[in-house]
Amino acid sequence: MLNAKPTLKSTLVALLYLAPLLLVVGVFTLWPLITSFLMSGYTHYNYFTDHVGGFGAANFRFLWHDPNFHLALQHTLIFVLGVVPATVGLSLGIALLLNHLPHLATFFRTIYFLPFVTSTVAISLVWNWLFHRQNGLINLLLHTHIDWLNDPRYSLGTLIIVCIWQNLGVNIILFLAGLNHLDPRYQAAASLDGASTWQRLTNVTWPLLLPMTVLITVNAIITSFKVFNQIYALFHGTAGPANADLTLMYYLYQKFYVENQYPVAAACGVVLFVLILLVTGIAAGYFHHHAWWAGRRSS
Amino acid sequence: MKITKLTLAYLLLTLGAITMLLPFVWMILTSLQPATAALTGPPLRLPHAWQWLNYSRAWHTAPFARYCLNSLLVTLLTTAGQVITSILAAFAFTHLRFYGRRLLFNGLIALMMVPGELLLIPNFVTMTRLHWVDTYAALIVPWLASIFAMFTLRQAFSGPTFTTYYAAKLDGASDWQYLWQILVPANRSTITAVAILQLIGSWNAFMWPLIITNSETLRTLPVGLVTFTSETGADYPLLMAATVFVILPLLILYLFLQKYIIAGITRANLKG
Repeated sequence: MLNAKPTLKSTLVALLYLAPLLLVVGVFTLWPLITSFLMSGYTHYNYFTDHVGGFGAANFRFLWHDPNFHLALQHTLIFVLGVVPATVGLSLGIALLLNHLPHLATFFRTIYFLPFVTSTVAISLVWNWLFHRQNGLINLLLHTHIDWLNDPRYSLGTLIIVCIWQNLGVNIILFLAGLNHLDPRYQAAASLDGASTWQRLTNVTWPLLLPMTVLITVNAIITSFKVFNQIYALFHGTAGPANADLTLMYYLYQKFYVENQYPVAAACGVVLFVLILLVTGIAAGYFHHHAWWAGRRSS
Repeated sequence: MKITKLTLAYLLLTLGAITMLLPFVWMILTSLQPATAALTGPPLRLPHAWQWLNYSRAWHTAPFARYCLNSLLVTLLTTAGQVITSILAAFAFTHLRFYGRRLLFNGLIALMMVPGELLLIPNFVTMTRLHWVDTYAALIVPWLASIFAMFTLRQAFSGPTFTTYYAAKLDGASDWQYLWQILVPANRSTITAVAILQLIGSWNAFMWPLIITNSETLRTLPVGLVTFTSETGADYPLLMAATVFVILPLLILYLFLQKYIIAGITRANLKG
């Protein structure tokens, strides 16, 4: 029973209920988490015999000196900067518009959300055809002859466009949910005080929506750090022309699956993890500060 | 003044909607073109003879029936597995008392933050040790549990239903009976939402199936589509027809179950 203290027997019963989940999570999440950190320190690792020759920072030193890793890191940062602000800004704008619409809001929402249920690989293949140099729709519409996919100057931008298109829907849904959670009394009070639509947006809606915006932004950054499927499909299993679309995740894939350098790939994974932790940490700090600030204001 | 603003809003949203729909429309239009027309013919026109045959041609050029079956099998089994393991664990965390409950729960939440991509290499090594590389087990077993799904269900289960729990216990029902006969039916909309989200993720999964399978007979639809692409080259009508096979099933599902999908996303990300 709920108020009862746990006993040895009730603990055993609960463990039976938990066992299936714990078994799978233990073997395929907890254990690999530990081993991937360990593996990033392996030197002279033989994958076939699982023999570890030594332990050290050699893999991280390798990454530090590998020009391809620098390229991957650089592209990932450009990619995140290209995708995240545009996605968050556009989806916030669209969500605000949809929220004020008297008719057809559900209809538009249905359309904007379509990419979420669509296989990233499949739709990226469609984009590959849309960006085709000769008969692709994009060049036909723009009356240009840009080689979007094979010109290293454009290919990262092409990837960014495709990913913005794919990420919009889910972020619009999240913003709409955030807008629905806002207390309508604030809006009503501002209206009574004679605030214009724009004033209500900037002085009421935006500050209330800010925590939600931070959450969505962090989510978008983490997703963007891990981009892989779109690259694989858009550039037919390469990292783009002259490695122009080599990102951290693609670098990890190459080291792991193509070159069988497991420890180096694991080290790259650790770097990726640290980057994600860093972003999450900054966001957590913001929320801590925000809660503190909000608390002070109300007291 | 108000009217012009509203018109502008509709105009912008329609423009956006066209951008969102364009790839889908272009995919279908291309899939109905004669093989040569897509690359050499005059652009931007409706095909004068709809080439429905492209679909059967694509279906038979590669074993898409097999890919489809594989995807269906993997998706249904992993979704069912995730839902069952999550229901059991969520019930334990909400209704049962045991030592280390808070510690265990916080540990799981911390694990939820770990990016799955980090686990790719060690999991591949585990699969090699188990001799599971290139088997259905490798496609299914690692995905039989999801902390994320458990977390969402835990929130639903800790709603104001405890009086029913006490009443059921007083009437002599066991925990097991209460869980499956009362709690699960009462939360079926949340469970459906969780299940559909997992189903979408599983159907569209790409990196793990790509890495863990080698033989053609084990390919899921996304992996099969990519290999099909590298084999057919520039026959875009055929390629787009094959792309439709991957996208269409979920698109239909979405149009019918949109409510659950959106509720699921909202619930999972807003924490209740």
